[in-house]
Amino acid sequence: MSGANRIAGQGRLTPARTARFTFDGKTYQALEGDTVASALLANGVHLVGRSFKYHRPRGILSAGPEEPNALIDVSRDAARRQPNVRAPVQEVFDGMKVESQNRWPSLSFDIGGINNLLSPFFAAGFYYKTFMWPKAAWEKVYEPFIRKAAGLGVAPTEEDPDHYASRYAYCDVLVAGGGVAGLSAALAAAETGARVILCDEQPEVGGALHYDTSVTIDGQSGYAWAQATAAKLKAMENVTVLTRTTAFGYYNHNFVALVERVTDHLARPDKKLPRERMWQVRAKRVILATGSIERHMVFANNDRPGIMLASAARTYLNHFGVAVGRKVGVYTASDSAYEAAFDLKRAGVTIAAIVDNRDKPGEAVLAEARKLGIEVLVGHSVVDTKGKLRVSSISVARNGGGSARAIPVDALLMSAGWTPSVHLFSQSRGKVAYDAASGRFLPGTYAQDCLSVGSCNGTDGLQATIEESLAAGELMARATGNEGGGKVELRGENAFEWTGGMAGAGEGAGVDTTVKAFVDFQNDVCAKDIRLAVREGMHSIEHIKRFTTNGMATDQGKLSNIHGLAIASEVLNREIPKIGLTTFRAPYTPVTFGTLISHSRGDLFDPARKTPLHAWEEAQGAVFEDVGNWKRAWYYPRSGETMHDAVNRECRTVRNAAGVFDASTLGKIEVVGPDAAEFLNLMYTNAWDTLKPGRCRYGIMLREDGFVYDDGVVGRLAEDRFHVTTTTGGAPRVMNHMEDYLQTEFPHLKVWLTSTTEQWAVIAVQGPKAREIIEPLVEGIDISNEAFPHMSVREGKICGVPTRLFRMSFTGEAGFEVNVPADYGQSVLEAIWARAEPLGACAYGTETMHVLRAEKGYIIVGQDTDGTVTPHDASLSWAVSKKKTDFVGIRGLKRPDLVKEGRKQLVGLLTKDPNVVLEEGAQIVADPNEPKPMKMLGHVTSSYWSENCGRSIAMALVAGGQARLGQTLYVPMPDRTIAVEVSDMVFIDKEGARLNG
Amino acid sequence: MADQALRKAPLAGRHGGSAGARVTPAGPATRLSLRAGTDALGALSAAFGLTLPTRPKTSASANGRHALWLGPDEWLLIDENGADLMAAAASSGVLHSATDVSHRNTAVLVSGPQAAGAIASACPLDLGNAIFPVGAAARTVLGKIEIVLLRTGEDDYRVECWRSFSPYTFGLLAEGAEDVGL
Repeated sequence: MSGANRIAGQGRLTPARTARFTFDGKTYQALEGDTVASALLANGVHLVGRSFKYHRPRGILSAGPEEPNALIDVSRDAARRQPNVRAPVQEVFDGMKVESQNRWPSLSFDIGGINNLLSPFFAAGFYYKTFMWPKAAWEKVYEPFIRKAAGLGVAPTEEDPDHYASRYAYCDVLVAGGGVAGLSAALAAAETGARVILCDEQPEVGGALHYDTSVTIDGQSGYAWAQATAAKLKAMENVTVLTRTTAFGYYNHNFVALVERVTDHLARPDKKLPRERMWQVRAKRVILATGSIERHMVFANNDRPGIMLASAARTYLNHFGVAVGRKVGVYTASDSAYEAAFDLKRAGVTIAAIVDNRDKPGEAVLAEARKLGIEVLVGHSVVDTKGKLRVSSISVARNGGGSARAIPVDALLMSAGWTPSVHLFSQSRGKVAYDAASGRFLPGTYAQDCLSVGSCNGTDGLQATIEESLAAGELMARATGNEGGGKVELRGENAFEWTGGMAGAGEGAGVDTTVKAFVDFQNDVCAKDIRLAVREGMHSIEHIKRFTTNGMATDQGKLSNIHGLAIASEVLNREIPKIGLTTFRAPYTPVTFGTLISHSRGDLFDPARKTPLHAWEEAQGAVFEDVGNWKRAWYYPRSGETMHDAVNRECRTVRNAAGVFDASTLGKIEVVGPDAAEFLNLMYTNAWDTLKPGRCRYGIMLREDGFVYDDGVVGRLAEDRFHVTTTTGGAPRVMNHMEDYLQTEFPHLKVWLTSTTEQWAVIAVQGPKAREIIEPLVEGIDISNEAFPHMSVREGKICGVPTRLFRMSFTGEAGFEVNVPADYGQSVLEAIWARAEPLGACAYGTETMHVLRAEKGYIIVGQDTDGTVTPHDASLSWAVSKKKTDFVGIRGLKRPDLVKEGRKQLVGLLTKDPNVVLEEGAQIVADPNEPKPMKMLGHVTSSYWSENCGRSIAMALVAGGQARLGQTLYVPMPDRTIAVEVSDMVFIDKEGARLNG
Repeated sequence: MADQALRKAPLAGRHGGSAGARVTPAGPATRLSLRAGTDALGALSAAFGLTLPTRPKTSASANGRHALWLGPDEWLLIDENGADLMAAAASSGVLHSATDVSHRNTAVLVSGPQAAGAIASACPLDLGNAIFPVGAAARTVLGKIEIVLLRTGEDDYRVECWRSFSPYTFGLLAEGAEDVGL
């Protein structure tokens, strides 16, 4: 038996196909196709949660994604657990574990329920007014307490073992919603041959046809027609039908995001299946067929378990075969709730009474009620309810006063009419318009190529919906150039046309400040809270929303919006459109982070760029550091070595023998064309026309404002071909910078730029034995010091493959940079290493490279410069041509601020105690005894222990630094003050004998 | 005299995908980044033995050699047989820029009835037959990186990317291929 409340012969589920699940540890039986909500109701469970703030017992309000109360924690196993799942949208699978939330120690006895009694202290906006003092206590005491007491589910802590997929898709017509309107529109569009995507959030298409069994379309029952139509659409090559798929975000240019739930309903999903799949759809036209959501009635204690939307009760009966009660009351301001009473009555459920807030219900439904013998109390209201964990009775009174009469019930259905779902329309930046006659916000001014059809467009009546949707489908498809097919015609019939609806609080909501007549169940916002907000000066709906939290979180105004507005309107005595409507935000319903992240996790989170030499470096035991997306060998520790030991050894070895270094990540740009030299003259501060083929030069590149942007060595391979190198991090932006100037400022130049960073593997061999190491491997290039002096470049061969061989140095040693086509890199490196190792050389990493260059005072752009440093500040005046009449930054360099005395300049710093290594970033002052705030002269930019110097060395930006050589300055630290002497920046081999050796 | 250096391809030994879309590393090829003005197109086309395309999102192919339009003055040339494209360019005798990028790029081949879907898992381009027919080529994005996409057959695509991005490219395409193969 799958629940005592399952009624034989009702609903569309198969009685033989059962599934078992647990709720708070107790096992229940469900039918395949049940949602958690329908299965619990079938088993007579109405109490499923506790409310957010007051911890009031809550039940199941709806049968759709608008559910504000029945939020549950669903798990498959320890790692696959998700909190805050809405029970009416979660399908049951065999073995699922469901827990209620926000209760302790148990759902039926929750200590937090005391909040309900203390509620006068928790009025709307209470957290803005209380807990303001002392300030520090907010973070440490009040906020954690409030968060714990008022809360929803608990986030899982384990890593998510599931995977998620993603798909980009294009179509002519995207139809959001697979009810009567969406199916009709999709059918008409598909018949023209248009590429159509139809999505619907439910497991099956049908929308309102799930509950409205009075509908027939073309002679079939509505639901059967919907399934047949979906099958027909699926069989068409030009159509994609996606169920369990929610269109949750509508962005610019008809870009709509969908989430498809692939495995959440399966007991034992194939491991290969993604849990969810995100679809990013670019549609030429969009048809919104998102339907409408029934509103609850606002009256005292309208939140007890067993009180639910009328259409929800109808869904549970007609789709799931579940009676939500045995003695059911109805409280309504709309004809639609009558049909729920009719269906239940015919299924054998007692209808205690229909309480109609209106004086004049629709005549047809009234007549039918009388025919079925149902008592209808016209012009009456439900003014209160009773029942601790489930509603047990309602108090009914005639509008305008009079004594209340108690009617025992075990469920109460309510309807205040229908709110068109304009969420996606609003997200598309369309402007809604208020229709005073029907009291609805409807799509008004469209901002994108889309159309709304059916009840989300305010269209009432089945045949009118069908005709509007067919016309829209065809119109949109034709507009995208599809000429096939003919007219589609459909004939729909149903029992009743609905009238009525109300917004705001009924008689039973009281004016009393203690009455809890809920407007927003999820955020525990009552009618009195909206009134309070208005009294306290919140007159805009945006302020009211933030003060009360009405319509926040997952509700996004689905249930609460219109009631909140109407109450504010009444108190302010201002029309609804004058108060405004809050903006609908994406996502329409909650979307998991996993879906949004999709493939971007683990190895695919971000590209990890590895050089062609990476595998060799790994085999040598390198430790890597991240430089942008690159993985660079940082240092090569040998057994027992700390990083400090390894770097000291590498630094010594390079200067005493030689070192091998991977410089492949340096940016490389090939500059080709007859005007290449002229272009480089404009891009760099130095002169390039004087550089002879076969020679290299260090170049400084400025921005227009005169500050250093990048640097690097440029080799001239031929009259019309240069090999430019950039910093590792600067490669893409330098390329863009050059390309920008070429296209916008210097388009007359015949020159082209190509990034060749990854064409070449670059093996730097540096040190006194560098030449000895590579000489036997090189063919066709005389690499003697005379033929191939410092700053030379030649093309030839090494190990039988082409090379661009540079004689250059970033260490201060004689050195070479061997460029070979990337695929040959590792093999060439192995050949070099086979010679280097026996000669006492080592492999060295970026840390040693940094120390060695600092020993020579070579700057690193971005470390020793920060975007406010000119070449003169960096002691690089020699690299700025005095003859050139133009280059990028030439005017910037002449700005008064850039030439004035006292600018921060790069200098060397030597600590008085040679064993003390300064901290990079540390501030520098002239007088350590100066009262605070002290005058900061600058900061340390680079600082290392130099094994070769036998002491610490540092570089720093210091105000007027070059005039302070020899002065003593101070670096105040938390525990001591360090005295330093200002020096030049070359700490080793000042005359450059090693470099040119 | 040192031993001849050996070539090591960045994706050597990898394979992936599904029955719907196979994902395999392409073999080595010579590649050229070609830049030239319109007046040089005739001579360059003759030198390469195919007509350089001049419309966006198009390519020309002949005997394993492809020329992909990337911009108004920019083409990517690929020769699957390893021909000396630099020499061919030099023989044109007209003003142009040719830069060897044979090792800068590598390629991943995606083949099978669901190949387009596999690529669409991370590439936001419209790969519909009418928009991206056989021979279509585009510089576009795949996940977080830039690729050049060439449709070589009804169910066959060549995805060119820079060398260090190739494991990422391969990984994304393999995951996409697995999803469309389900």
